[in-house]
Amino acid sequence: MIEISSINPGLVLILGAVLVPFLPHLVRRVYILALPAAGFALVYQLQPGTLVTLEVLGMTLEPLQVDRLSLVWGYIFNIAAFLSFLFAWHERDTMQQVSGLIYAGAAIAAVFSGDLVTLFIYWELTGVSSVFLIWASRNEAALRCGMRYLLIQVLSGVILLAGAIGWYQQTGSIDFSHIGIDTLAGKLIFLAFGIKCAFPLLHNWLQDAYPQATVTGTVVLSAFTTKLAVYALARGFAGTEILIYIGATMTAFPIFYAVIENDLRRVLAYSLNNQLGFMVVGVGIGTEMALNGTAAHAFSHILYKALLFMSMGAVLYRVGTCKGSELGGLYKSMPWTTGFCIVGAASISAFPLFSGFISKSMILTAVAEDHRWFIWATLLFASAGVFHHSGIKIPYFAFFAHDSGYRVKEAPWNMLLAMGITAFLCIFIGTYPTILYDILPYAVDYKPYTPYHVIQQLQLLMFSALAFTVLMLTRIYPPELRSTNLDTDWFYRVLGPTVVGRIVQALAAIGTAAEDALTKGVVGTIATIKRHHGPEGLMAKTLHLSSMVFWVVALLAFVLILDFVRGV
Amino acid sequence: MSDDQDQVDVPHRHWLDEPNNVKKIVRALFVVCGLLFIADAFYEKHSHFGVENVFGFYAIYGFVMCVALVLAAKLMRVFLMRDEDYYDRDQ
Repeated sequence: MIEISSINPGLVLILGAVLVPFLPHLVRRVYILALPAAGFALVYQLQPGTLVTLEVLGMTLEPLQVDRLSLVWGYIFNIAAFLSFLFAWHERDTMQQVSGLIYAGAAIAAVFSGDLVTLFIYWELTGVSSVFLIWASRNEAALRCGMRYLLIQVLSGVILLAGAIGWYQQTGSIDFSHIGIDTLAGKLIFLAFGIKCAFPLLHNWLQDAYPQATVTGTVVLSAFTTKLAVYALARGFAGTEILIYIGATMTAFPIFYAVIENDLRRVLAYSLNNQLGFMVVGVGIGTEMALNGTAAHAFSHILYKALLFMSMGAVLYRVGTCKGSELGGLYKSMPWTTGFCIVGAASISAFPLFSGFISKSMILTAVAEDHRWFIWATLLFASAGVFHHSGIKIPYFAFFAHDSGYRVKEAPWNMLLAMGITAFLCIFIGTYPTILYDILPYAVDYKPYTPYHVIQQLQLLMFSALAFTVLMLTRIYPPELRSTNLDTDWFYRVLGPTVVGRIVQALAAIGTAAEDALTKGVVGTIATIKRHHGPEGLMAKTLHLSSMVFWVVALLAFVLILDFVRGV
Repeated sequence: MSDDQDQVDVPHRHWLDEPNNVKKIVRALFVVCGLLFIADAFYEKHSHFGVENVFGFYAIYGFVMCVALVLAAKLMRVFLMRDEDYYDRDQ
């Protein structure tokens, strides 16, 4: 009965992960790479328009829904999983292998989910499974950071569930298609997506958590969560005006932080945030050109961002630190890693012939065609800025600058191979964009390589490089310093606990009494519930299950927030 | 990448270790920038906004905005920078 074309490709990785702990080391390595390869093959044979439905509790679940939008993400998620696992070939930590597979599988499965309930399940699974990639660092800081990360991820899921229930009450459907922010339920779902997409002020879990993950864990993390959120926004909220402003803010503000941040993996996390901004703007514009741009940019972004995180991961693996203030001169001992990092840097900076150029420009053109000069100018500034901090700063401070004296071995062969393939793909897509354009949701009528476009981009980038050079030569450029820069996490890591701590102290005396009262209250409540809802209670038959679940979820969310403020 | 210098006591002196070579790269960058700026005179622009027609607009914008970015970020350090162990201390 079950045909191969009716299986959600994400399940290959999720279910496949179960076997991993039982396999001997060598077989396991091959097996882990074979899973995303099989997943890719499954995605490849899927036809747009495929829909598998399942009746559960009177609701129509859609565990597999395929269209041209989800296919783009299906392809790239499997490719990213394969490359990340190749990068982690040397890794012997079963926990990371299993959680990485489930995490990637959940993200793929979420992309092919046709309804909000299925989406919710995989949405939560991505959060719950990925936290182990942070905890796998096995230190106190990573443990606490993972807790913060997990709470925020789960909160996003709980809000999504609340929104989905509200949506079901309003429309009688849980179908995941265009939602919009006109209703409360729509706003809740929007917020849930926004948290995972790292919207401004909701962003800081990303910069907090990603640099705490393991060498290989960060590479895996960088690909899925946020791009899944971009996909979800593109499906549910295309053309929502406010996304344009949210996205433009996202492109601009992280780059200021990126300039002064010392931990180079955190610099990359800030620039990841900035790149998401471009995609969010594309979703907000919502035209065919813009959505194509978003899909294309997500595709090329996943590759070059993974490549950059791989190169910094290789540095961390060999040197033991990833801080700009400690590094420098590594090109002498890690020439291949240097080269691959530069390819990633050129791609994220959107140099002609590299992947970022042929995807980001679609979004900028869509913005210009929509006559939004301010947004366009902001994105242009962000484009120059991203070259400044990711394109130049990352390779410069890690591999060049002053010689730190480190003489380490080149990265292991599997890391080099993973970086090499990723770098090749970055250049291949950049020089042969048709291969990407052909799989985009809508037909592409766009030529990236016009003289005007190439020259304007080179002008923008080379004069950014000129600015960097002049600022370095005049010693105006801020040096890399060992430091922490305050971001929005300060509110819940310092201010919140302090305030809550005071209140808790003040209330401590009443605490016990309150607990007694609560116990009595609960007993009383149970009696009351029995009276009203018991077999003879009046309200026993009239309450809707869905509204009850809604309030349970709302309560859960409230408790989560309380616990969060208390716990961090 | 090998050297043609005479410092034999340094085991492996790279091309970039020579300050003159770094200067060469900087000069090359100046030349490239100059050429790109002048290039504006030799092709047809397909602009969406009037400001794009300003001669060398992208070059000027890229340079000015990057300098502004760095200066603003430097200023942010005054308010936002703390010790590296800021969050660890009270835990």
